[in-house]
Amino acid sequence: MPLLMPLFDDAVLKRRAEIVAALRAIVPGEGVIASEREMRPFESDGLTAYRQLPMVVVLPETTAQVAAVLDFCHREGIKVVPRGAGTSLSGGALPLGDGVLLGLAKFNRIREIDYDNRVVVVEPGVTNLAVSQAVAEAGFYYAPDPSSQIACTIGGNVAENSGGVHCLKYGMTANNVLGCELVLMTGEIIRLGGKHLDAGGYDLLGIVTGSEGLLGVVTEVTVRILKKPQTARAALIGFAASEDGGECVAKIIGAGIIPGGMEMMDRPAIAATEEFVHAGYPLDVEALLIVELDGPQDEVDHLLERVQDIAKTCRALTCRVSNSEDERLLFWAGRKAAFPAVGRISPDYYCMDGTIPRARLPHVLNRMREMSAKYGLRVANVFHAGDGNLHPLILYDANKPGELENAEKFGADILRLCVEVGGVLTGEHGVGVEKRDLMPVMFSEEDLNQQQRLKCAFDGKSLLNPGKVFPTLHRCAELGRMHVHAGKMSFPDIPRF
Amino acid sequence: MMARAMADNLKPRDAKEVEQAIQWALGNDKTFEVVGRGSKRGIGRAAQWDGTLDLSSLSGVTLYEPEELVLSARAGTPIAEIEALVASRNQQLAFEPMDYAALLGGATGAGSIGGVIAANLSGPRRIKAGAARDHFLGVSAVSGRGETFKSGGRVVKNVTGYDLCKLLAGSWGTLAAMTDITIKTLPKAETEATILALNLTDATASKVMASAMASFADVSGAAHLPAAVAMRIAEIGATQAAVTAFRLEGVAPSVAQRKSVLESLLAPFGSLGTLGEAASRALWQAIRDVTPFAANGVAGKRDVWRISTAPTQGAIVGEALAGATDAELLYDWAGGLIWAAMPATNDAQAPLVHATAAANGGHATLIRAPIAVRAAVDVFTPEQPVLAALTKRVRGGFDPQGVLNAGRMWAGV
Repeated sequence: MPLLMPLFDDAVLKRRAEIVAALRAIVPGEGVIASEREMRPFESDGLTAYRQLPMVVVLPETTAQVAAVLDFCHREGIKVVPRGAGTSLSGGALPLGDGVLLGLAKFNRIREIDYDNRVVVVEPGVTNLAVSQAVAEAGFYYAPDPSSQIACTIGGNVAENSGGVHCLKYGMTANNVLGCELVLMTGEIIRLGGKHLDAGGYDLLGIVTGSEGLLGVVTEVTVRILKKPQTARAALIGFAASEDGGECVAKIIGAGIIPGGMEMMDRPAIAATEEFVHAGYPLDVEALLIVELDGPQDEVDHLLERVQDIAKTCRALTCRVSNSEDERLLFWAGRKAAFPAVGRISPDYYCMDGTIPRARLPHVLNRMREMSAKYGLRVANVFHAGDGNLHPLILYDANKPGELENAEKFGADILRLCVEVGGVLTGEHGVGVEKRDLMPVMFSEEDLNQQQRLKCAFDGKSLLNPGKVFPTLHRCAELGRMHVHAGKMSFPDIPRF
Repeated sequence: MMARAMADNLKPRDAKEVEQAIQWALGNDKTFEVVGRGSKRGIGRAAQWDGTLDLSSLSGVTLYEPEELVLSARAGTPIAEIEALVASRNQQLAFEPMDYAALLGGATGAGSIGGVIAANLSGPRRIKAGAARDHFLGVSAVSGRGETFKSGGRVVKNVTGYDLCKLLAGSWGTLAAMTDITIKTLPKAETEATILALNLTDATASKVMASAMASFADVSGAAHLPAAVAMRIAEIGATQAAVTAFRLEGVAPSVAQRKSVLESLLAPFGSLGTLGEAASRALWQAIRDVTPFAANGVAGKRDVWRISTAPTQGAIVGEALAGATDAELLYDWAGGLIWAAMPATNDAQAPLVHATAAANGGHATLIRAPIAVRAAVDVFTPEQPVLAALTKRVRGGFDPQGVLNAGRMWAGV
């Protein structure tokens, strides 16, 4: 799919040597990377279909350096793309050829662990998993657990409002972040939130979380940590039809049970993962559900009984419950390896990320089967059943001419379907460049303009990560214009009192 | 206050009329006070507006699917109607929105869902389940530009575009008039119980609450009430002591197990009590609504502040205020939320309260004070200059002419 990015600014590119020198004066030594060979690793993120070498890579180590770099770029009119670990699946960190790629990887220290307030203060380059590991000895953990958690950073998690398999019970990043230090495009530094639970003014932290690096550069994050549940057990339930699995999910929630995790896989995903991991998944089912309950032992045992009863009423073909930690992890092993497992049965796969109202799952799966036939491409589905977040994996071969384009069209059709049934374009991977041009499927021009006015409040020159999220870039002055018909408008016929 | 022309008080019947009303205001240089059902009009800076934009006719639940944990309603729908509806399906609004009626002296249950969101209300369960902003999935609203926009959706997991819901939650009607709201509903706990630790000082209670929050007890409410304040709540008044209360919610076997966890944790701190389900519910409702400082009670003439800080700083803030002003205190959120009732003064002690909150990494809001006081002092903690400028630009992006609730949070915003 041809991706239209902002036009290169020739005036900036002509001054490249001068700009690199100015950046070196701010970030000394190896913190500025300007050779093509060394910039190569930064040319794409997790969405590798799109690649672009940046004009220059800068890896600052202090907030003061970040502020100085942004201040310089702001004054000189140079675009900036922030980057964490580069695991984005939507191209959020795709560089711009006339822009600075601002990598936060050197911000990798945990600044404070505060058990009394149950928070950890980290630099944005700390990995998601490292937070949980740092507090594990005291029995705590950080709840959001995106599947890239070994590599992805907290800064990136804030930018994308990352989720994971436990969102229904424990929320997404936005529900687990309490504060941050943010450098604006002007180089000004602000603090949002802290160790307290709510905002004193506008909830700008809530807006910055999930803003895909378009509003500011986060240089410190305060996250909440939770006590690790005393125990967790899982049930592995197979169904002859996805409708039965969907009914089971609805009935579990209807019974007042909120599982820690609830995942569903369809037949192609089950087959691929079982062959890869040998988790003991049944192969003669259309849908496989993993229901994990966590909490005090008595509660988990009690609720697991109920889940099994519900499964029976939903015509479950198989139902196993984990009786040891090893067995629980084995249940998960297949699901957690679903992406690489699918990677084994196809040269390439394209991972989608729509969310749908749970009840529409059977309808969406049926429609996807029709699309699969139409495009001649296989699809395997993994589904965060608890919160309706669907990850169809479209199998294709990039070496066959036209297959990537076909896979992208198939993917776009799936996302349109998600919106059609009352869902959304992206549940946790972000819009980035990938879903940017689909935004009008979900939003009117006025919806998007209002979002961009918020962007203008943070970044009036549109220098921070332009070309992402919004299909059309408007100048802030244009967006700010008002069309008021002073005095001409007749008094509306609205009840008065 | 100047008498308003009746013609400037509008009560639109639908979202389209809200848009027309704001466009009319824009074209005629009018400003509106935006109200849902008007139950929280007494909160905020006292400012003057040309008229009232009353959204109470936008009423009614438009979608409720319990198995999908989702509910949509017009913004003016009474919160009491929504809570009764979800309760009929054994569900609740897990963020436990407080009712300001006791503090402000109105009728209980009088607010709207729009008001709950605009004030980002929550309750004792905030420490476990989040606030309104964490359960606010989707919105349709009319900006101060007179333009209708939507954000979010009806699903929990959604990162499509900026989450304007977060921004509107707690914006006190200063950015847009919300017309339709979608929230998450959750199952109601099957049962609950409360464990009481008695006679702790504020400082010790702070430490004990921190240990409880770090235990397997999975506490869904942790509050501390000094003796004089505790005595005003029927369920615990007879103890004649300071009360530190911990709520446990869930299925019966779980509550029983966690109760024993908590009891052994609290045993070294002396005398314990327990409250069964009914008394526990009544106690936490009283804490949620801060009834010890009720307008019609013994503290009714006092000014009331709401201070949010790190839980460990709660007792420090409380002692600083009590030492300086004879403040009465009620601590919720394991110490992170302090309700302070101070003897009335002409500035409601605003400089002291804001400085104390800021010094402890938090912020304060003046919730109850005479209108003349709220017109003269900072009701919300002033922001640092760079942040204040950003706040102003954000508002300008939604409401450049200041049509909606201008000046309610800060002067000039």
